[in-house]
Amino acid sequence: MSRRVFDKVYEGKRLDDKDALELFRSDDLFGIGRAAAFVSERLHGKKVFYTRNRHINPTNLCINRCKFCAFSRSVGQDGAYAHTIGEIIDKLAATASTFNELHIVGGLHPDWPFSYYLDLISEIKLAFPHVQIKAFTAVEIDHFTKISGRGLEATLAALKERGLDMLPGGGAEIFNENVRSRLCPEKIPASRWLEVHEAAHNIGIKTNATMLYGHIETYDDRIAHLMALRALQDRTRGFQAFIPLSYQPVESIAACSPSGIDDLKTIAISRLILDNFPHIKAYWIMLGEKICQIALYFGATDIDGTVIEEKIAHSAGASSAEALTAQQMIHLIKRAQKEPVERNATYEEVNATCA
Amino acid sequence: MRVEQDEAVRHLTDTPLLDLGAQADQMRASMHPEGLVTFIVDRNINYTNVCINKCSFCAFYKDEGADGAYIIDEGVLMDKIRETIAQGGTQILMQGGLHPALDMRYYTGMLIKIKKEFPSINIHGFSPPEIAYMASQSGAAIRDTLIALRDAGLDSIPGGGAEVLSDRVRSVISPRKINTATWLDVMKEAHLLGMRTTATMMFGTIEKPEDIASHLEAIWRLQDKTGGFTAFIPWTFQPGATSLGRETTHATAADYLRVLALCRVYLDNIKNIQASWVTQGIKTAQVGLRFGANDFGSTMIEENVVKAAGVAFIVSKNDIIGAIRSSGFKPAQRDTYYNVLNYF
Repeated sequence: MSRRVFDKVYEGKRLDDKDALELFRSDDLFGIGRAAAFVSERLHGKKVFYTRNRHINPTNLCINRCKFCAFSRSVGQDGAYAHTIGEIIDKLAATASTFNELHIVGGLHPDWPFSYYLDLISEIKLAFPHVQIKAFTAVEIDHFTKISGRGLEATLAALKERGLDMLPGGGAEIFNENVRSRLCPEKIPASRWLEVHEAAHNIGIKTNATMLYGHIETYDDRIAHLMALRALQDRTRGFQAFIPLSYQPVESIAACSPSGIDDLKTIAISRLILDNFPHIKAYWIMLGEKICQIALYFGATDIDGTVIEEKIAHSAGASSAEALTAQQMIHLIKRAQKEPVERNATYEEVNATCA
Repeated sequence: MRVEQDEAVRHLTDTPLLDLGAQADQMRASMHPEGLVTFIVDRNINYTNVCINKCSFCAFYKDEGADGAYIIDEGVLMDKIRETIAQGGTQILMQGGLHPALDMRYYTGMLIKIKKEFPSINIHGFSPPEIAYMASQSGAAIRDTLIALRDAGLDSIPGGGAEVLSDRVRSVISPRKINTATWLDVMKEAHLLGMRTTATMMFGTIEKPEDIASHLEAIWRLQDKTGGFTAFIPWTFQPGATSLGRETTHATAADYLRVLALCRVYLDNIKNIQASWVTQGIKTAQVGLRFGANDFGSTMIEENVVKAAGVAFIVSKNDIIGAIRSSGFKPAQRDTYYNVLNYF
């Protein structure tokens, strides 16, 4: 690993594809980690953000049935479910005081009309006005344009009007079309994913972005993915956080998952490449809380939240706990010599409830 | 050159984690330049869970006569060893509680039977608290107890029961367990008899950085005299179902990697440092390979004690091999004495 790339980081210069490849190929784990920590501290000091959030997956019925997904079901299959809006409100009411961010993603239901989703947002907002709603991946938004007969911006504007605060970053997987067509041929192409996010940004909806890595992609694919996100962010400034998602084989075999070392390097290199993203998020559901905590030394400044009721990663055999308490998150952050800051979905600091 | 005590404490409190990690990584690379990471195929066999010590961090022990209390059936024991050998295992790690009704005849008899039926298996057994208990029960010296066990077939001794070698800590978390001096004495006598042992440290309870530093100092000093330790194995207290778990906040991954790295940097006279995937999970253990560890421990065909505290990772030999390889190292199966048996 040459000093050249690190020098660029410390001088605040933008890294290019060649630099990124050098980083991915390097085994200088500590040099990469220190450089990423330098960048994250320049942006946020010692602050690490977390939120009190809850997941709701309205249905696991999905017309896509991606190969790597252990969550989805077909109609009539064992374990298939679809919640009514009333059921969802009841579920939320049981724990309403414990979260201020709601993360809603689900399968592409074969029959639900667009009005279901519009009503879902407005009824949640009505029942729980304090809650911010981060909902619907680009894949779902694209699906909504088909069932609503509206254009992309009109679809997003209708959701926004009902109270949608933010889009999550899911469904990006990996942008390279060859890999994508092997991994999830059913899913919208990368260009469409980017289009949805650009449209959201254009009408003032902030979004996150993800990358699913550690399966059949190459380092070049990871780099192209990061560069595409950086280019869009240059235009719109609408992304809040980038979340690298460590692949979890459906039949979970530790040996086939990315190594903990790869997870940390990928977090750090993402921080170095995505110089225009406010946050890199270490998502503990996928990484486990241990690697998630170590990621705070490698450039991550967000550890997501308490995540009540996470189903999708756990369906694939994620061995992380099902929920962490805010106390546990604060402990993890403090033990990493960082300062815990509770945030809402749009990264406003929430009055600290911790000492 | 050994790290000074105040420097060790500083590493635990002030040194940036990645700086300490980098230092440990460099030291690991110079002590193991071939890039091998070893593991052993073995089985944990707990011959009894009855224990008079009842340490507050333990979820495994039972009182004699209590529900679920057991002494292993001889046939079951032999079957377990047979299965271990069939799976390519070379060692059994045999430990148990301090059972008031068992005597030297039981232990030596068990060893003799095992060796008679399976002469090739390495019996890595009886941590210092067990050996000290056998000695006190039989009224024999520790040295004579060790000789009797060795003559019956005991090959090497695991480093368990060390917890943190600080009597201040021990008096709180394990008041009935042997003290620091006795633990070290058992190991010294074993080394002087030519037996090899490991050393461990269980941290993340109530210890202070100074306690960890004195633990490392005690181990370093004994190793300097005897050279009998093959490896050092730090792990964290698993609070799960233990009585201590309700009172303390456990060590995080950052604490684990920091202590692991310090162990590598400090113990320049112990060749091998083990990463503990059983307590940390595979991914953190992989990261541990860059924070000073060069050994991935055991495939743990059976592990009852940690499982009782609520930690269960199901991992096969192929998982271990894959985990080592994807971390950028060459996996190799070793024996008890860290001789390489197979490259993968």
